[in-house]
Amino acid sequence: MHPLTMTPAINIQSVHKRFGSVNALKGVSLTINGGEFFGLLGPNGAGKSTLINIIAGLTRADEGDVAVLGHHVVRNYRQSRRCIGVVPQELVYDPFFTVREALRIQAGYFGLGRENDPWIDELLDALMLGDKRDTNMRALSGGMKRRVLIAQALVHKPEVVVLDEPTAGVDVELRQSLWAFVKRLHRDGHTIVLTTHYLEEAEALCDRIAILNHGEVIALDTTQGLLERGIGRTLRVCVTTAAPVTGLTGKYAAKIVRQAGNRLDLQLERSSDSVVDMLDAVRQCGATIIDLSTEEADLEDVFVELTRRKKA
Amino acid sequence: MNWRGMQTLFRKELLRFYKVGLQTLAAPVMTTLLYLLVFAQALQERVQVFTGVDYAPFLLAGLIMMSITQNAFANSSSSLIQSKVTGNIVFILLTPLSHVEFFLAFVAAAVVRGLAVGLGVYLAAVLLVPLPIHNPGWLVLFAVLNSAALGTVGVIAGIWAEKFDQLAGFQNFIIIPLSFLSGVFYSIHALPDFWQRASHLNPFFYMIDGFRYGFFGASDIDPSISLAVVVSVFAALVTLTLWMLRSGYKLRN
Ligand SMILES: Nc1ncnc2c1ncn2[C@@H]1O[C@H](COP(=O)(O)OP(=O)(O)OP(=O)(O)O)[C@@H](O)[C@H]1O
Ligand SMILES: [Mg+2]
Repeated sequence: MHPLTMTPAINIQSVHKRFGSVNALKGVSLTINGGEFFGLLGPNGAGKSTLINIIAGLTRADEGDVAVLGHHVVRNYRQSRRCIGVVPQELVYDPFFTVREALRIQAGYFGLGRENDPWIDELLDALMLGDKRDTNMRALSGGMKRRVLIAQALVHKPEVVVLDEPTAGVDVELRQSLWAFVKRLHRDGHTIVLTTHYLEEAEALCDRIAILNHGEVIALDTTQGLLERGIGRTLRVCVTTAAPVTGLTGKYAAKIVRQAGNRLDLQLERSSDSVVDMLDAVRQCGATIIDLSTEEADLEDVFVELTRRKKA
Repeated sequence: MNWRGMQTLFRKELLRFYKVGLQTLAAPVMTTLLYLLVFAQALQERVQVFTGVDYAPFLLAGLIMMSITQNAFANSSSSLIQSKVTGNIVFILLTPLSHVEFFLAFVAAAVVRGLAVGLGVYLAAVLLVPLPIHNPGWLVLFAVLNSAALGTVGVIAGIWAEKFDQLAGFQNFIIIPLSFLSGVFYSIHALPDFWQRASHLNPFFYMIDGFRYGFFGASDIDPSISLAVVVSVFAALVTLTLWMLRSGYKLRN
């Protein structure tokens, strides 16, 4: 099926949520398509978890509607909750049970019995928890508990998987294996929604990104589209003279962002500045260029720019 | 109905108390036996109860019901507050379980815990204090209804309380005074007029008096009135609890 003809994986329409005097969500609308790898980014307190909790049915919206694969999360909660698996941000666990007991119980809530055990074993292996299956939850390290949370979210094979900061407090190696696992889920056709504060991860993984700030969507675009909104790139030039380059004409003088020793960093506007013209200008000052590199704006630059602009 | 889901939640709740059985089953049986020994000794000669009924069996019947109700309450309330405080209640809230299934599973587990403790007290104490059984049907009926009612109150308290000390307050200022002042230790006919009347406003009085009828065939008031009161109170509690759960009160906001 073509993505456009499918019911959206998640459809969010003008969702409002207040907590007392805190206006956590101020009319958020978003459509996440089936099969997408979607990033939900934003600074602390932006409302990401609140939005996820509303999608999961953990919190009720004050206003607005949310549907998962067409099932309204309040009116049709049974169907919508079967379609979605949520990995909560908080590291929660039930200290009464072992890893496998916890997973069997979770599957049981969804009406699944022993026939689901092979899938549970598969999850345990994929998340490298195979040797911990009979260990009590209390005795696991933080990173292991996080992986059990991921397994718990997947016990009922949901089509839509939502991960609220799955890599917080997880070491580098494990993070990579987690992403390999999530990518596999995505390849297998699952829709993935992800929040993270590691923007390079989001940049590498997500097809589309929404940036939430103070309860509002301030940007919604493909990852590439967002990157192109970056103010531009940085041109780094190494010249022969250790002395500052003087005599750079007015227009270009304003583009210098850093000058140290024989290194010169210039900020280029993506559409209006030409690298060649800029280099000519540098050369005309009498400097000989011995090396140069350009650095594209990354998601972090764009993120900082967008969220800061909004605050001002 | 999601039968399997409900059954899983019920089984999980059973496992939860079974795994710490020393604290949830053995300890309350022990405490109740101590009450029996101390009070039966101390008050034997002084307290007038039903004609033809000794004080020790009268007290034992009351203590059995008190242990049933207190443990039913403790089971659902402590499970809920623990899940809320530790946050693992989300595992239940994320599932397709309905509010009715949620309710039934918690209350059924509370009933099992209450009955298990009650039976434990009975079996341990009956060696010391012979207790006749006049009508087993009434006994079972009151035991199940009362534990279900207190299991329901436990659900209400567990949802309402946000911290352990709020729950402790609920227990110490509502549940324990009402159960102590219900006639566990005395027949209300021995009380002054005002306190006799006040006792009639206490639902625990009917719970215990109706239950005692099952043992002795005698009671302070007509057991069918007790039954009617207990059923009505239970129905009101169920209505309130289902409304709370349906609205998502304190659980889904
Ligand atoms: N249960 C609650 N009671 C009161 N206020 C809340 C509650 N949950 C969230 N908030 C408030 O709502 C706002 C949004 O919080 P939320 O947890 O959604 O942010 P977030 O984007 O997930 O942040 P983070 O990146 O830190 O996880 C914050 O101001 C927070 O304090
Ligand atoms: Mg969050």
